[in-house]
Amino acid sequence: MTDSIVRTLDSVGNASYFVVALLAVMALFAVVTQKNMIKICISIAILGSSVNLFLVLLGYRHGGEIPIYFLKGAAETMVLPTPQCLTLTAIVIALATTALMLSLIILLHKHYGTLDIDEIRRLRG
Amino acid sequence: MKPLSVIVTSICDVFAWFMIVFGVYVINNGHNTPGGGFQGGAIVATFLSFMLVAYGGKRFFAWARAGVYGFLEFVGLAAFFVFGCFGFPRSFFFNSLAIPLGGQVLSEWIPYCGTISLMNVAVGFEVVGALSLVVIEMYESIHMIDTGAGMGGERGHDRFDR
Amino acid sequence: MKKTVFIMAAIVLAGLLCGMFEDIHPFGLPNNTLMDDYFLRHALSDRSAQNVVTSLVFDFRGFDTLGEAAVLFTALSSIGALFRDGGKKE
Repeated sequence: MTDSIVRTLDSVGNASYFVVALLAVMALFAVVTQKNMIKICISIAILGSSVNLFLVLLGYRHGGEIPIYFLKGAAETMVLPTPQCLTLTAIVIALATTALMLSLIILLHKHYGTLDIDEIRRLRG
Repeated sequence: MKPLSVIVTSICDVFAWFMIVFGVYVINNGHNTPGGGFQGGAIVATFLSFMLVAYGGKRFFAWARAGVYGFLEFVGLAAFFVFGCFGFPRSFFFNSLAIPLGGQVLSEWIPYCGTISLMNVAVGFEVVGALSLVVIEMYESIHMIDTGAGMGGERGHDRFDR
Repeated sequence: MKKTVFIMAAIVLAGLLCGMFEDIHPFGLPNNTLMDDYFLRHALSDRSAQNVVTSLVFDFRGFDTLGEAAVLFTALSSIGALFRDGGKKE
């Protein structure tokens, strides 16, 4: 079971980086083109998730197990722990940022009565 | 926010407490399984939003207050800082309570880990308090929108200032 | 019109990103692993930590985690400040 997973991961090569690129470009495109502020917030969350995925992918080693001595079994190599630690930090910070963004969206909707950024821009001035 | 139907509240009675037990398990075993203070705290904080959706705000705030969660967050942050100060002769956040084992893998049920497990509990308290307070503040902003309290600061284009 | 410009820009950006990802190390073979090998070797023997990631978060990089907790606290207090009533009584 584990050997088949390892062989599959070895065969994909750099294709997993292209998944990250696709996610990041899709999220950036949605940030630029969408008009609804909730959708922009979701796109920013997806952008952060793609960056986190990229960090974790950078730390993979062939045949590596999880970096926990308690659970790793008989494997010799372990994946790099530092990108996982950085990702753990980045997830919590992204959560705090998303909460702040949603609060600002609530306040903007309270002031202007709409979520459309074009409407908000037209109302100002 | 009105309470949902009796089906939702019955299921909530069964599963909301499971959330707390599972979150406390993740916090307490954070030093030898995947997980830890942040993840377990997020799971425990799911309890509050779950009860808020199922029972509605009026009934919920009759027995849960925001001051409790603010106190939890204060206690978590202070305890985290104090546990960091435990290793001060060497450096900040040095694991001074650890017993060097020399590469030996313990096979106990919960292996001894020094200050890491204490810090897991402290960070778990902090995250539970912070996320629950975020949910409570956002819920109370609905009341502000309904009544228009505290609005109308900017003259000219506010909805409530005409 | 505007959307076609954005689509072309997105395609160009995707091409640039894919060209960039061609140049990093192949998947599964990281280059400089000296620091991570040090952590993997010394986390259990020196600090008696079974979980290397938790040992990194709370022990080796504990100051980083303190800043992370401070970020969480700052976001919470700014949300609380946003939803104040502004001193007005109804």
